[in-house]
Amino acid sequence: MAKNTNGFNIIGKPMAMTDARAKVTGLGKYADDLSVPGMLIGKILHSPYAHARIRSIDTSQAEKLAGVKVTATGEDARNPYGILPIGHDERAFALGKALYIGDNIAAVAATSPEIAEQALDLIRVDYEQLPAWFDPEESMKAASNWINDERPQNIEKDYHHIFGDPQKGFEQAEFLAEERYYAGEVNQAAMEPHATLAVWEPDNRLTVHSSTQVPFYLHRTIAAVCEMPMSQIRVIKPLIGGGFGGKSEIIPLEVAACVLAKKSRKPVKITYSREEVFLAHRGRPITIVYLKVGMTRTGKITAVQARVIQDGGAYCGYGPVTVLYSGALLGAIYDIANVQYDGFRVLTNKPACGAMRGHGTVNVRFAFESILDQLAHQAGLDPLEVRRRNLLKAPCITANSLRVTSYGLPECIEKVFERSDWAEKKGKLPYGKGVGVACSHYVSGAANPIIRSNMPHTTVHIKIDRDAAVTVYTGASEIGQGSDTMQVQIAAEVLGVQADRIKLVAADTELTPIDLGSYSSRVTFMAGNACLNAAKDMRGQIIAAVAKKFGCPAEDFEAKDGRISHKSDSSKSLSFDEAVAVALEFHGALVARGTYAPPETARGGKFKGAGVGPSPAYSYSAQVAEVTVDPETGQVRVDKIVAAHDCGKALNPLTVEGQIEGSVYMGFGQALQEDMIWKDGRLMNPSLLEYRIPATKENPEIESIIVESIDPEGPFGAKEAGEGSLAATIPAIANAIFDAVGVRINSIPITPDKILDALREKQKSTAGNGANAPKKPVAAGNHR
Amino acid sequence: MHLRVNGEEHAIAIAPNRLLLDALREDIGLTGSKRGCDDSSCGCCAVLVDGTPMLSCVALAASYEGREITTVEGLGGPGELDPVQEGYAEMGGAQCGYCTPGFMIATKALLDRNPEPSMDEIREALSGNLCRCTGYMQIYESVKYAIEKLRAKSAAHIPAAR
Repeated sequence: MAKNTNGFNIIGKPMAMTDARAKVTGLGKYADDLSVPGMLIGKILHSPYAHARIRSIDTSQAEKLAGVKVTATGEDARNPYGILPIGHDERAFALGKALYIGDNIAAVAATSPEIAEQALDLIRVDYEQLPAWFDPEESMKAASNWINDERPQNIEKDYHHIFGDPQKGFEQAEFLAEERYYAGEVNQAAMEPHATLAVWEPDNRLTVHSSTQVPFYLHRTIAAVCEMPMSQIRVIKPLIGGGFGGKSEIIPLEVAACVLAKKSRKPVKITYSREEVFLAHRGRPITIVYLKVGMTRTGKITAVQARVIQDGGAYCGYGPVTVLYSGALLGAIYDIANVQYDGFRVLTNKPACGAMRGHGTVNVRFAFESILDQLAHQAGLDPLEVRRRNLLKAPCITANSLRVTSYGLPECIEKVFERSDWAEKKGKLPYGKGVGVACSHYVSGAANPIIRSNMPHTTVHIKIDRDAAVTVYTGASEIGQGSDTMQVQIAAEVLGVQADRIKLVAADTELTPIDLGSYSSRVTFMAGNACLNAAKDMRGQIIAAVAKKFGCPAEDFEAKDGRISHKSDSSKSLSFDEAVAVALEFHGALVARGTYAPPETARGGKFKGAGVGPSPAYSYSAQVAEVTVDPETGQVRVDKIVAAHDCGKALNPLTVEGQIEGSVYMGFGQALQEDMIWKDGRLMNPSLLEYRIPATKENPEIESIIVESIDPEGPFGAKEAGEGSLAATIPAIANAIFDAVGVRINSIPITPDKILDALREKQKSTAGNGANAPKKPVAAGNHR
Repeated sequence: MHLRVNGEEHAIAIAPNRLLLDALREDIGLTGSKRGCDDSSCGCCAVLVDGTPMLSCVALAASYEGREITTVEGLGGPGELDPVQEGYAEMGGAQCGYCTPGFMIATKALLDRNPEPSMDEIREALSGNLCRCTGYMQIYESVKYAIEKLRAKSAAHIPAAR
């Protein structure tokens, strides 16, 4: 745990989360725990076909069932929506065509879940089945029968970037590697299934309690879909049982509940089953990466060429952003002058993918860190040393116009080098055991907002009145990551009071100012800075009044240990309560505000697609995985992962470590066992029994190490901690498997069958070359 | 029928196929136990039945008349937290908190029968619960915190040796 607290009282010290007691007593309320008198239960009818024209829908029989209060179809809410302004292609319910198995066709609200379920069976839908597209590389060749008529060849978006001179870079390379990588589809699988309670109020307003990471975007979308002014809608985020990006755009049940509530003028709650969570999805897409990298004999990367194809599912969602991140974040980690990137986001007749933890970077990082390991072996260099030789010289601007301010990657690498006993283990462990290294990074929030404007990305208000309680009003969404606690710490530190004096009101659009949401790891940096600014504003107001009372300049006073005191004259000191009374007499009211918007210099280049990737700061991670591979069964056990993460400054080391470990855990799941299995557009494992997220018995020991590079613009130097570590885990494990048994698996999840196939291949080629042939690495599992 | 939950009798009128989880959440209003899956794979709904952890999402409420049911609310309320709850609150065992009631129920059952479990025994006892946030490391820390607390507590009750 980080020891350096630099004279802070609260910042940098481990602190239990402010909502921990509500959680451990079971008294805290999540969306599905809420109920109001007269509440109806809503259920959604999903399409049984992957691609079908809807000839007609007849809800009349359902409406006749006793207890059914309202039904809704696409005709009830025709306005399209989508998280990106360029991708408004979803509707509350399908209009004209159903685009995937699970697409939303109609809904009912009834007095009980059983009646609602029964009513769904009474809805008659006449479908005409259409040919469907399931494989992204096939789909993007489609000459006709497109999923969305406005997206020719089923290509949602493609981007083509060249930085530097890749051709020249490849000519300078002394070692070349070219591989195809495949990453299966994964789901966030937050433990809380989505739930929304939409309450039609007596004054004809709408109050929406929803399991969302993005109350503000939900607010806008409901207004558009329900054709109501935003001023008549209130969105409240209750406790959220995990997000990981699965609740970071508008989820179909949210609009369905609102449409039903508006139509029935009654409160309606919809809660997803686990299967519906998988069908609403928004997880990480199947990603195919064709990657070519050149390197000198000294280990310097000379050029990178990446062609990335993402299977986005049937709707746009965050798609263009995902595929842009995949290209943009080839930069800002290593010093690479020459890059060619071609990214394709492809539509298929499957649930829409979205912004899962490590958005856009994870699968490409798996490919990149794997090929770097391969090149190191080709060149006879230590793969960890190769990473040292490609470091950026920060601060700098990268070839693709990303501004890197703080850069703790070198220290992360050295930390894992020491703690993993790398020098003693790499290449030296017995057959079947191995170690692998990989690095990753992530943005601390996007420098450019989804909906372009010059308004702040986040605003925080603070109020103090005669009770001398400090109330912080923030739009930032606590989803389990510690957002609330982080802001309480910052306000308490600045005002020099104990954390328990701070009351935080969060994510209620009627009470709290704007925050764009909990996505792209933006909250600590952005809401943290806004809270810091608001608290400084408040401190300034209180000190101004106290200084005036004592007839001294304001700069002579400080807020510390629950007092406002003269820095050199201890007789001039008031308790916080006394100071507040003086300040209220002086100012009348004590209201403070703070905002944050990223500086112009952090907003990136001017080329098409340059808006995605820029961030005010980047986090860094280096990891070493140690594995045991059973060559007889292909089983992999990850014995340990040592993970060092540069979060700038750990405002709360307890939650930072929790975020690092949670990221590593999720990477581990994707590396070895998580995979959505599709058959003709039907998800074959839509449950936690079959889609296996790691449990205690599988999960490796994780040693988390905090590295603090103190970012010049982060609040107290802080950057993101919640996502950046995930991407390194997968290639660290893949590289460790190579070290253990000499095969490279370029397809995740790395299942025992892929390892056994690769080992057999290797044996065959070794036998063919004679028993004494040198160990030759074999790539396998490139095609599923 | 009558359900005895957290030491109190509740008279409820329910359908014979009412699940224990729904009876607890909707008929009695104890929403601390959660539903996370459709197929008894996540452990979010675990409650103690006569001290043994059970999944309330696959139990018919009607079969539990006369049994002693303990939910997360029964472990301890505000101001009187059980050491297990304190551990999960203080050591980062609860991030989003949704799986936490189930984990605490499993932990409570473990420590009641084995106050000094090994690391393997802790892993084993918690293997029926899924957490998507923590990577389990801080959950282990939370359990160890509870073990220490309970050890200190029981030491305080033993008269000092002479």
